[in-house]
Amino acid sequence: MGTLRGRLLPPVLAIVFSALLCTVTLMVSGANPARGIAAMVTQVGEGSVAVDIVNSAAVYYLAALAVAIGFQMNLFNIGVEGQFRVAAVTAAIVGAAIDLPTGLHAVVIILVAALTGAAYAAIPALLKITRNVHEVISSIMLNAIAAGVIALLIREDMFGELRGSNIGTHEIPESGWVGGIGFGDRGTLFGLVFLVLVIGVGYWVMMNRTRFGFELRASGESPTAAAAGGVNARRMILVAMLMSGAVAGLVSMPELLGRDHTYLITSPAGYGFTGIAIALLGRNHPGGIALGALLWAFLDKSSLALDNVGVPKEIVTIMQGSIVLSVVIAYEVVRRVELRAERRRVGRELGANGDGGAGAVATASTASTASTASNEGGAS
Amino acid sequence: MTTTHPGDRAVVLAGITKRFPGVVANRDVRLTVRRGEVHALCGENGAGKSTLMKILYGMQQPDEGTIEVNGEQVRFRSPADAIAVGIGMVHQHFMLADNLTVLENVVLGAEHLHGIGGRARRRIAELGRQTGFAIDPDAVVEQLGVADRQRVEILKVLYRGARIVILDEPTAVLVPQEVEELFVSVRAMREQGYTFLFISHKLDEVRSIADSITVIRRGTTVGTADPRTVSNRQLAEMMVGSELPSPETRESTVTDRPVLELRSLTLRSADGQRDLLHDVDLVVRAGEIVGIAGVEGNGQTELVEAVVGMRRISSGQVLLSGRDLTRVGTLARREAGIGYVPEDRHRHGLLLTQPLWANRILGYQTRPPVSRRGGWLDIDGARRDTERIVREFDVRTPGIEVPAAALSGGNQQKLIIGRELSGEPSVLVASHPTRGVDVGAQALIWEQIKDARAAGLAVLLISADLDELIGLSDTIKVMLRGRLVAEADPRTVTPEELGAAMTGAGVHERGGVDDRGADDRGADNRDADNRDADNRDADNRGAEGQGTGDPGTGDPATGAGTDTGNDERGHGSVEGGER
Repeated sequence: MGTLRGRLLPPVLAIVFSALLCTVTLMVSGANPARGIAAMVTQVGEGSVAVDIVNSAAVYYLAALAVAIGFQMNLFNIGVEGQFRVAAVTAAIVGAAIDLPTGLHAVVIILVAALTGAAYAAIPALLKITRNVHEVISSIMLNAIAAGVIALLIREDMFGELRGSNIGTHEIPESGWVGGIGFGDRGTLFGLVFLVLVIGVGYWVMMNRTRFGFELRASGESPTAAAAGGVNARRMILVAMLMSGAVAGLVSMPELLGRDHTYLITSPAGYGFTGIAIALLGRNHPGGIALGALLWAFLDKSSLALDNVGVPKEIVTIMQGSIVLSVVIAYEVVRRVELRAERRRVGRELGANGDGGAGAVATASTASTASTASNEGGAS
Repeated sequence: MTTTHPGDRAVVLAGITKRFPGVVANRDVRLTVRRGEVHALCGENGAGKSTLMKILYGMQQPDEGTIEVNGEQVRFRSPADAIAVGIGMVHQHFMLADNLTVLENVVLGAEHLHGIGGRARRRIAELGRQTGFAIDPDAVVEQLGVADRQRVEILKVLYRGARIVILDEPTAVLVPQEVEELFVSVRAMREQGYTFLFISHKLDEVRSIADSITVIRRGTTVGTADPRTVSNRQLAEMMVGSELPSPETRESTVTDRPVLELRSLTLRSADGQRDLLHDVDLVVRAGEIVGIAGVEGNGQTELVEAVVGMRRISSGQVLLSGRDLTRVGTLARREAGIGYVPEDRHRHGLLLTQPLWANRILGYQTRPPVSRRGGWLDIDGARRDTERIVREFDVRTPGIEVPAAALSGGNQQKLIIGRELSGEPSVLVASHPTRGVDVGAQALIWEQIKDARAAGLAVLLISADLDELIGLSDTIKVMLRGRLVAEADPRTVTPEELGAAMTGAGVHERGGVDDRGADDRGADNRDADNRDADNRDADNRGAEGQGTGDPGTGDPATGAGTDTGNDERGHGSVEGGER
C-alpha cells in the first residue's frame, strides 16, 4: 500500500514481537535477556565488527535482491544458493586462468559470475516455460547438483589445488582483486559494497520507472490481467529468472575479489537461503531489503558476543526465524487493515451512495486473494 | 389484496440496516412477504438486493433491524439457522459438484434427513413430481444444461425442507424459453403453498411472475407495487429514481470500410477433439457495432481471446484494416489499434492493488502518453491522462492514487472503458461492457460507445443482455457451439426470437433472424450445457439434446430462414429437434 506507515509498521511489529519472544525464551532458559542484548549492542563497537556487518550485509543484499526479482512476479527462485555458488567457482577459475590489466580483470570476473549465475538459472526457467516444471522443485534439485559440480570442478585434476587440508581454486592474480577501504583495526570495507549500492538503485529504477519493471510487477500481481495487457508471460518468466540468476551470480563477488581471492570447498554457503528471508523481511523493496540485510548481519555478527555473557548464541537463530514468520503475518494483517481503511476513505469521500454495496464486498474478497503473495514491494 | 393477519406473513423484515466499510448496503429496509405468494424484489444492479437476501439467508448479520419468519422473530447466525426455519436460497451462481450425480448433489450435506439411499431417492422423486421437474436423479451434473442445473439447485433447497425459497436473479442465466419453463414450475409450486422471493431487475419477468413487488433503490426499500396495475415505466422510475437510460443507437454510422476481418477462424480445443470456434467469418466496419448473441459458453469468450491474441488460433486469419495480425501477440495487436474491454474486469482488466494511474499503463506500456521511448515509463504522463479519464468518464474516486480495488464495479468499468478508448483504437472488442455496473455507469458507457462509433470506431460487442445487444448493435450475429449460425436485424428482432436462435431451437424468418449454417450436427438440438461445453464429446450431443419441446420453438412450417447466400454449408431445417 501507499502509506509509509503501511510499509514500516509490519517489520517493526515483527522485530518487536520476535525480540519479546526471544526475551521470554531466554528467561525460561534461565539466561538474562538484558545482558544479552547489551552485549550484542556493545559488540558493534568492538574491533572490526561494524565493518564486518556492512560487508556481510552487502552480500546478503545481493542474495535478497536476486530472490526479490523473482518474487516480483511470483517466481520463487529458491535456487539462488546454487546459482551463486556455481557462479563463484566458475568466476574464480576463470579469474585465475586469465591475465588482464588491473580493473578490466575484475570486470571480466564479475561478468563471468553474472553470466554463469544467469545460465544456471536458465535451466529452471526453460524447464518452466517449456515443460511447466515448477521452479521451486527444479531449482532445489539444481542446488544439490551445484554442490556436486563444485566438488568436481575444484578437484586437483580439474581446476583445483590442495592447500593444507583444504582444496580450492587457484588464486586469482592481484590484477583481478578489488581493493577495499581500510579502517585500520576496524577492518576493511569491501570495494564492491558500492557496486551493491548501484545495483540496489538500479533495481529500484527498473521496477518503478521502466516498462520492463511494470510488466514484471503486473505479471506478479495478476498474470491474467498482464496477459490481457499484452505482457508475454513466458518471456517475463525467462527474463526474470535470468536477471535473478545474474544478480545471484554476483553474491560472492565482494568476498571473492575483496578478501578470499580463491574459492575453497569450505567457502561460505547458505547465502541464498538467507536472501529469501531478507527479501520477505524487506518486502522486495530495495530500501527494505537494505535494512533487512543490515539487521540480519548485525544479528549474525554480534551474536558472537553472546557466549561471553552466558547466553547461547543460537538464540539469534530463533530470533531470525521468528522475525521472518511474524513479518509475513504482520504484512498481511496491515495490508488488509489498510485496504479496508482505504475503501472506507473512498466511500466517505464519495458519500455513501448505494451503488457500492455488493460490489465493494465482492472486490474485497477478490483483492485479498489476488494479492496475498508478496508483490507490491517495488511500488512507487 | 385483503388485509393480512400476522399468521399470513411468511417473512417480515423491519428496519434492516447493514453497513460495509465505506457504504451502507442496506438502510432501514422494510419488506413483508405473504405466505404462498411470489414476491419480487426489484432494483438495479448494486441496489442492495443481494445483500438483503444474504441477510435473510443468514449469510450476513444485519447491524440493525429485525427478521420475522412465520410470525416469530428470529436471529440467524448462519445459513443453517435459516434452513432450520424453512428458508432456502438458490444462488445466481450455481454451487454444484459437477462430477457428482443429481442425487448426490441434492443429498450432499443433508445426509441426516433421508439417508443417501432409497429413502433419499424416493423423496427426490416425490419433490420432482410436486414441482414438475423431470430430472434423472442419476444424471451427472456435468451433463446437464443450465436450466436443469438450476432445477437441481431448487431441488436441493426443497429437499432441505424449505417452504420459503429465495431465487437470486434466477433468469440471468436462462434464455427466454427457459425462463417461461421456470415460471411454470414456480407457479405450480406456489399452488402447493411455497413462498418465493424473486430477485430481479428484469421488469417484464417481474410483472409476469410476481404477486407483489417491493422496489429497492440505493440500499433502501422505496415502495411496493401491484404487478397487475404497474407499468414497466413506473417500475423503472421507482428503481432508478429517474428515467431509464436506453441503449438505443439513433442513426446508422456504418461505413463500407472493413476494420476488423476474421477469416475462417478455427480454434481447436486443447485435446484436439473439438472446435471451440469453427470457421468463423466476420467483418466489422468502421462506425459499425457488431453484436454477438449466444448462450454463454458457446465460444464467445474464445472468439474475443482469439481476436485480442490471448489464444492462438488453429487456422484462419485476423486482419485489422487489411493488416494480417494472425501471427502477432496481444501487445502488437493492441498497438495496431485493438481496444479490449474484458468480460471479467478483475481477472483481465485491472491490477487491483495498484493505483489508478498504474492501471492506466496496463496494455499501453509501450505508447505515449504513459510511456517514453527506450522502455521508460512516463509516470507524470500516466497520472495526467488518468486525471483526464477520471474527469471525462466520470469515474467517482477521491483521487488517482487509490488502489483500483477501492472503486465500485461501475467506476472500475468506467476507468477501463476510458483507458481502452484512449489509445485511438480502430476497433473496440467489448465483452459484457456493462455487466454488474449500476445504471448510471451503464448509461455513460453506452453513451461513450455510441460516441466512439459515430467517430468511426468499429465495435465487436459481446453481451448476455439482449436489450443492450439489440439496442446498441447495427448487426447481430448468433453464436452457437463455436459457429456463427444466424444473423439478425436489431431493428426488427425481439429478445425472444434472439433467445430462440441462441439455443438453435427455432429460427424463423418473421423476426428477421436469418438462419445460415445450422449444419448437420443440428443447431436444432439444444446445447446441453452452456458453461463447460469443453468437457463433453460433441458427438453425443444429438442424443442428449433436450429442450426440443420448447414452447417457443414455433411451427416447423415457418421453414428455413431467408438464407443470406454467403454460406454454402446450407441452411438447416428449423424443426424443433425432430432428428
